[in-house]
Amino acid sequence: MKKSTLFDIILPVMVGPSSSHTAGAVRLGLLARHIYKTEPKKVIFTLYNSYAHTGTGHGTDKGLLAGILGLGVDDRRIKDIFNSSISKNVDYSFNYEDNFRRHPNSVDIEIDGDKKMFISGDSVGAGNILITQINEFKVSLSGNYDTIIIVYKDKPGMVSAVTKMLQDENVNIASLDCDRNAKGQDASMIICIDSPLNSTVISDIENIKDVYFVTYVEKLGI
Amino acid sequence: MDRNISTFKQLCEYCVSSKKNIYEIAQYNMAKEADISENEVRNVVMNALKSMKEAISIGINSNELSVSGMCGDDCYKVKKFYNKNHSMFGPLFQKVIEYALATSEENIRMGKIVACPTAGSCGILPAALISISEEYKYNTDDQLNALITAGEIGRIVSAKMALAGAVAGCQAECGVASAMAAAAITQIRGGNIYQILNSSALALKNVLGLTCDPVAGLVEVPCVKRNPFMAVFAITASELALSGVESKIPIDEVVDAMAQTGALMSPMLKESSEAGLATTKTGLYYKSLICKK
Ligand code: SF4
Repeated sequence: MKKSTLFDIILPVMVGPSSSHTAGAVRLGLLARHIYKTEPKKVIFTLYNSYAHTGTGHGTDKGLLAGILGLGVDDRRIKDIFNSSISKNVDYSFNYEDNFRRHPNSVDIEIDGDKKMFISGDSVGAGNILITQINEFKVSLSGNYDTIIIVYKDKPGMVSAVTKMLQDENVNIASLDCDRNAKGQDASMIICIDSPLNSTVISDIENIKDVYFVTYVEKLGI
Repeated sequence: MDRNISTFKQLCEYCVSSKKNIYEIAQYNMAKEADISENEVRNVVMNALKSMKEAISIGINSNELSVSGMCGDDCYKVKKFYNKNHSMFGPLFQKVIEYALATSEENIRMGKIVACPTAGSCGILPAALISISEEYKYNTDDQLNALITAGEIGRIVSAKMALAGAVAGCQAECGVASAMAAAAITQIRGGNIYQILNSSALALKNVLGLTCDPVAGLVEVPCVKRNPFMAVFAITASELALSGVESKIPIDEVVDAMAQTGALMSPMLKESSEAGLATTKTGLYYKSLICKK
């Protein structure tokens, strides 16, 4: 359990009624937006378990949509997001499902626009969240750190090639996780860093041989 | 300086040896933790305080119901009653009741509130602190000191257990909010460190074992009405402590008891809405109306 601070106790300022079902939903949407990067044209949300059962009463659906459209947890416009001009250019829908294998408060987000993307996430309590999947890759993104996500061919030396570049930029690594489908196939690297990254590093990483995809996800300010 | 205070005993010893108040230690540690100045810490807390007042001023003039339709017009009813009748406990009491309802009703109608410590318990601390500050004309600095003191109480409790109904029932949400509110008002009325900690211990002991069994799984019934009750308990605890009444069980041990009680409580009574009020005949009836899917 992460140690709470004074601010965790007397904040956040948020739109009610529930930190996990409302604020958590906004943050899930917002982090999905940071991952997707461009304006979504179509979004399908699938809410699971408690999110499906109590989501309407808790404004979970509104929160998810507001987040993906860039609103913060304390934005009064969340309540009327369905009727607001902010949401009129996006085609959105909601599905509700039960699945005991999933976290009680979890959601799949399918986004379409200049590309297709599939994102899954959980609201893990007190407004904290975890993005658990991006397309076919298992990840673990809390939104609390600036994060680099890299998909590459699994082979020796990839981790050190990347960390060397960060070291050269004097960027401190808070955590590093790797995952792969099978030896020698696609692998993913998730690096949480302590200070923001300048964009040239991302293209340098992109240029490493056998790196297929790199994205930089800014942390949530809230 | 000690940045790793995780028990009330440590906090108390440190307050005494350094001759500092709880809020001074708390804001110093928060500044170090977030790598900002103490002034910036106070600015953040100021924003929370402002948002609390805003929620009250908007909530008190609304009778809009929540999406479920179960709650939202209780503050309105109470205000109307107090327009003609006076509370037997006087004007301060009226304010406490109104402010607690105003805030928690803002929460359920998706208004902007401060989750202090949680959204379901958001009306308790503001009701006690702001109504007393208005009635006795405490200035903003005093209010900030009180709010930071309350935050430090919540922080130390949360070092031992998560402040979540799903983990330990409502004692961990509204109960802790009540203990924090007691500390805030004991601080603002000039109580010493012992009195502050005593007030929190007394408030917490009063609600050990409190279940979390919200109807239809929504933070509405019994949550909204629980807020004014808990704010009043906080004032009771504070006045007892200020008169020198002591909790026979020290606060650290009360928190241990709460954590143990929470662990022993059935999961059915911890936010899952599988028992208690949620599964009463009427609770289930409301659920059937709300959850049509
Ligand atoms: S009953 Fe449960 S949901 Fe309601 S305020 Fe208490 S802990 Fe929160």
